Amino acid sequence: MTLVNTEQKIKRIYALEKRRTFICVGLFVVIALALGVVLMCLGNTNYTPAQVLDILIHGGSKAAVYAVRTIRLPKLLIGAISGFSFGVSGYTFQSLLKNPLASPDIIGVTAGSSAAAVFCILILGISGPVSSVFAVAAGLLVTGLILLISGRGKAFGGRMILIGIGFQALLNALISWMLLVGSEYDVGTALRWLRGSLNMVRMSDVPVTFAVSVIACTLLFICNKNLRIMQLGDEYATALGVPIGLTRVCCLVCGLILSATSTAVTGPIASVAFLSGPIAGRLLKGGKGTMALSGLVGVILVYGAEIVSKNLFTTNYPVGVVTGLLGAPYLLFLLFNINKKGDKI
Amino acid sequence: MSLQNRSEKNKLILGLIIEVTLVILGVFLSVSTGSKNIPLKDIAGFFMGTTDDAFWAAVISARIPRTVFGLLAGASLSVSGALMQSITRNPIADPGILGVNMGASLAVVIGMAFFHISSGIKLIGLSFVGALLTAAFVYGIASVGYKGASSIKLALAGAAVSTALGALVNTIMLPDSQVMKEFRFWQVGSIGGAGWEDVKLLLPFFGVAFIASLCLASPLNALSLGDEMAVSLGVKVTRTKLLAALCGVLLCASVTALAGPIGFVGLMLPHIIRQLFGNDLRIILPMSAIGGAGLLTYSDILGRILGRPGELEVGIITAILGAPVFIWIVWKTKAKSI
Repeated sequence: MTLVNTEQKIKRIYALEKRRTFICVGLFVVIALALGVVLMCLGNTNYTPAQVLDILIHGGSKAAVYAVRTIRLPKLLIGAISGFSFGVSGYTFQSLLKNPLASPDIIGVTAGSSAAAVFCILILGISGPVSSVFAVAAGLLVTGLILLISGRGKAFGGRMILIGIGFQALLNALISWMLLVGSEYDVGTALRWLRGSLNMVRMSDVPVTFAVSVIACTLLFICNKNLRIMQLGDEYATALGVPIGLTRVCCLVCGLILSATSTAVTGPIASVAFLSGPIAGRLLKGGKGTMALSGLVGVILVYGAEIVSKNLFTTNYPVGVVTGLLGAPYLLFLLFNINKKGDKI
Repeated sequence: MSLQNRSEKNKLILGLIIEVTLVILGVFLSVSTGSKNIPLKDIAGFFMGTTDDAFWAAVISARIPRTVFGLLAGASLSVSGALMQSITRNPIADPGILGVNMGASLAVVIGMAFFHISSGIKLIGLSFVGALLTAAFVYGIASVGYKGASSIKLALAGAAVSTALGALVNTIMLPDSQVMKEFRFWQVGSIGGAGWEDVKLLLPFFGVAFIASLCLASPLNALSLGDEMAVSLGVKVTRTKLLAALCGVLLCASVTALAGPIGFVGLMLPHIIRQLFGNDLRIILPMSAIGGAGLLTYSDILGRILGRPGELEVGIITAILGAPVFIWIVWKTKAKSI
């Protein structure tokens, strides 16, 4: 009797969670699409959605084609890809290191990619896919170094976070140096590489970024189950038959490739990776769909910030400055909330 | 016992002599190096009053205030770092890592953009308030939850707060081209533009805070044994910590207001000094002050050599030198205490 009851209860909880995930993901997809439409329509010249569609398919006046196809369309696509990538990789790192503050943009992983991209563009004078490859390679190299120095053993996560912050400081100093030495120094470029921006993305960046992101995301979604079990602690995960080392390496490499590929195109869009995971986690209470939802939250953050920065302010802020601002209230929230619950960071 | 004491004393004196020699050498090098190098002979001549070359004399007298300011700023930052490390009982505490510099920056930018403040003393005041609030905020975030303010939590809270405040700084700075022009190079941390005015402003703050922290050295030493032990030794724990924190923040805030955020000096020097001479703050504080003065001077010289024909801001150099030291400290820290 009681056994049947319990079984039913568990089934009900699962059904509830499934419905919750379904509703949240659906809702967020709709919001992201709506924001995407707004992004395409608003700007220096406003168009109606029908006009935008017409311009995309049939073309139109030279100005309209330039505004919609050359400026806004790459922003829309790259915004979606990079937002999703940052969100998913942020969630992955935070889960892996079991710390809500340990996202790739805080612990120096993306700084490696930024530094490599700046080096390629300003010092060597190459851009495009080659610089992306360099950025990913440098990101991997830096993360490899961080891992190598932090070594194995008990304090794996903690040591990695601290050493990552050290690398972050070093790499940011190197970026500032290159920006000052490089001839093209202006504040726009500087901010792009230190905070992230969608202002300089081109259509030619889309295919490679998209392909790489899809592959890395797929792998991460496969690892998702093991990653969630590892939240219980390494001992339980081992007992449940999870290959801890393999999962860890796979998640690190894929998460890194995701954030590095996007960083090579947009620069490290501040706080997106940092915020998406916790928001999604809170909505789904850490359910199965959290990883996908983190990505969607990332897209919404990037779109929202881009729309706000282009239309509400007279100054044309890079998108990373606006998303970066969101970090402050979140930290305050974290402070008060954790204080109340007596939870651990 | 007495033999050991004597050898300790000898070591201390030797260390002091080496440090002072290095600093004096640094001062000469700093005056002589630049986009135009001046032979040491001419510098000696200038100080003896026997030189007759007006051009050299002009260049030298322009470089002297910068050098003096570098000495003072380095000493301030270094002492500030030593104090913060002592209060938080944590070797990685540094005004840069903890985000305190960014808080000071934000306050200064707000002052420049909204209230059109450009006088040094008001900027120091503003930056002090900003730094104090940020320090309290970061320490607050880090110390909630169990285990108190561990290294990871301090560093993460500092990094996250830095990112958020940095975005605020950019938001305020970007629309205002005048502020941006003033602020752009200030943001990296540079002592290149320092003159006698800045030295005069910084000196009293350094003097007061340094003497106060020397007076606090003994109670702080007792505190390092643990709060309960310190109470039983008759130390007023809260008052000591608060005063030391005020001194530390004042030191780094006044440098940040005048020269911009310069990180890692406060991390490197006290750490090296602790390795060499032990944990007594009565020794660490003055030794760090002298060492910090030297470190900043040499970093500045390095910036001028590497950045030719212009120069690299000293904040970049200290970060490039200091980050590996930070990583090294973390690497050799035991797993337990992370």
